Amino acid sequence: MADLKLIDIKKSYGAAAIIHGVDLAIEDGEFVVFVGPSGCGKSTLLRIIAGLEQVSGGEIQIDGQSVTNVPASDRGLAMVFQSYALYPHMSVYKNMAFALENMGLGRNDIDQRVRRAAQMLRLTDYLDRKPKALSGGQRQRVAIGRAIVRDPKIFLFDEPLSNLDAELRVATRKELAALHGEIGGTMIYVTHDQVEAMTLADRIVVLRSGRIEQVGTPLEVYNRPVNLFVAGFIGSPRMNLLPGRTTSAGRIEIGDQALPIEIPSMGQAAGSEITLGVRPECIDVVDEAQADLVITLDLIEQLGGETYLYGSAPALPQITVRQDGQARYERNQRIGLHLKRETLHFFDADGNAIRIR
Amino acid sequence: MNLSRLVTARRNPKGWHWTDVAAYAYLLLGVVLMFGPVLWLVLSSFKTQASLLEFPPSLLPLSQKEVTVPGYPQPLLLFKVTMEDGTTRELAQIRRVGVQAQMINPADPSQQFRVAIDKRTPVREFSLATKNYTEPLERFAFPRFLANSVIVTVVATLITLLINSMAAYALSIYEFKGKNAAMLMVIGTLMIPITIILVPVYLVVTKLGLVNSLWAVILPGAATPTGVFLLRQYMLTLPRDLIEAARMDKASEWQIYWRIVMPLTLPALAVLTIFSIMWRWNEFLWPLAVLTKTEVYTLQIGLNAFQGELQTQWQYLLAMTVMTLTPVAVVFVFLQRFITTGIANTGMK
Repeated sequence: MADLKLIDIKKSYGAAAIIHGVDLAIEDGEFVVFVGPSGCGKSTLLRIIAGLEQVSGGEIQIDGQSVTNVPASDRGLAMVFQSYALYPHMSVYKNMAFALENMGLGRNDIDQRVRRAAQMLRLTDYLDRKPKALSGGQRQRVAIGRAIVRDPKIFLFDEPLSNLDAELRVATRKELAALHGEIGGTMIYVTHDQVEAMTLADRIVVLRSGRIEQVGTPLEVYNRPVNLFVAGFIGSPRMNLLPGRTTSAGRIEIGDQALPIEIPSMGQAAGSEITLGVRPECIDVVDEAQADLVITLDLIEQLGGETYLYGSAPALPQITVRQDGQARYERNQRIGLHLKRETLHFFDADGNAIRIR
Repeated sequence: MNLSRLVTARRNPKGWHWTDVAAYAYLLLGVVLMFGPVLWLVLSSFKTQASLLEFPPSLLPLSQKEVTVPGYPQPLLLFKVTMEDGTTRELAQIRRVGVQAQMINPADPSQQFRVAIDKRTPVREFSLATKNYTEPLERFAFPRFLANSVIVTVVATLITLLINSMAAYALSIYEFKGKNAAMLMVIGTLMIPITIILVPVYLVVTKLGLVNSLWAVILPGAATPTGVFLLRQYMLTLPRDLIEAARMDKASEWQIYWRIVMPLTLPALAVLTIFSIMWRWNEFLWPLAVLTKTEVYTLQIGLNAFQGELQTQWQYLLAMTVMTLTPVAVVFVFLQRFITTGIANTGMK
């Protein structure tokens, strides 16, 4: 159990800068998820915390102590790798015991810890097997077990679920959440899957190109994205982002349609660029007469429990609408849309959110 | 059962296609080419000195039958003789004078004959001249040579494995300046044959006072560039995550090397073991240069002693050659499955 502080972390390979000054404080017992598109530096940041990469600048503190120059083996952290990195020549038991042996624990102590972790992860029957005789999900659990037995200060997870099939991924995700509830512990989790981020995190850190875009609880990030990138990245299907302009009447005009939507007065001059963001579930289908916007349906996806409508309007990107249940629509049908006023997001010409409330 | 199915495998189990015949003929040719000389060597090693020198040579170790006849202290050679009246009988030869041989009937020593030598053919029987093996082992210091060879091979192979794997570990796992230059130098030494550095190395060994000690054979070849290269190539294929996982698991560098990398490099180590054993066991030139006393001779040098300036004792030479080949062949049989997997994995040929 420990807290972690990153102070102005920088990393570059030769001339190529990967991380441009990251400041972050992670509290004891917190589950923090680093999320971002590939190449955003999230894995590099995790490896820097682990000590597997040296920083080019900045400081890392664990429990208030600087560990910037402490080698990985002495930081007291445990890491679960994307490839699991199980030692193929060792049994499950040996895999979990290896770190404990290196820590110089007694045989009884090791045995007790390994068996407790194995029980927690339902691996007791497999302790004598080699990793190659295990299924993907079991290997995953061994990798987690190897981290748990050490009772580390901080758990680091590097996209641990990306090698599992969809069903197992959901199951393991739930197990991880339960595990965090059970053993507590500070956990840092890297993923590119925003569903994992939303479901697991106490706090989400959204990264882009080696910079932190937003830090917040999952719902904060979902409900109040600070910029266009976060708005587009968090949420599935993604938020509809409609480019438009302000009019002299303080309204917004998107595509070739003027919307009867008042935009918050934030000193936006008439005619300035503005982007309207609205999530698919925040759009109602209404009569054309009362509609804010009329679209022609291109595609209808029936998922049983919900229906996604994809439609287009002149000079606008495709708009996604989510409807509960099994709505009956046809291709090329014209439907009117009503945007729920209180859920709208506005972004200025620089892509930053304009706060209404 | 499996073997019989293996050697009669065909394209179509119902009949013989001409490609089947061609394939078997080709394979048979290969078998004869590869194993013919070895078989010849083994069979010849059981021949007596006389039958070795016989012409035309026989494949099987046959030797002429001998009988003891009362009144003659030495055993006499037995011949089948065609008599002047056309009958054949078995006679023992007392002596040969020019183109005539004086023969005696072993059943009735009072009967003596004079026979033209082209009328008689030797009576031969299958016999293994095992004293080809026992005599050198008793008369010469062959057990000593064998022990020396075993010591050199085992110790040198162990040192080679240790040193080469450490070098390969550093050259594959660590990142440091000059790593590629170091690797190039190692590979570069592959191009220098032993004959060129024989004299300088000999001088070094002499200065160290190692001449006529087994260390003089063991040490100079301990770090083989081939071994370093082979192991490095294999270690490069190990996932980096494993090393990093071990590092996260608080393993020291030595533990990563010894408990993670070495067990995973086992197939390549097996290949190097076989190579090293074969190199060391068969090494001739270098031991010949530095070992001059009989008591430190290795097998190969000992074998050389049979090849005298005036006379070569072929029967001993052949028998001891078989003795020399056997251990390597046994090692190869046990480790050969690693060779295929190991070589395939290292991408070496």
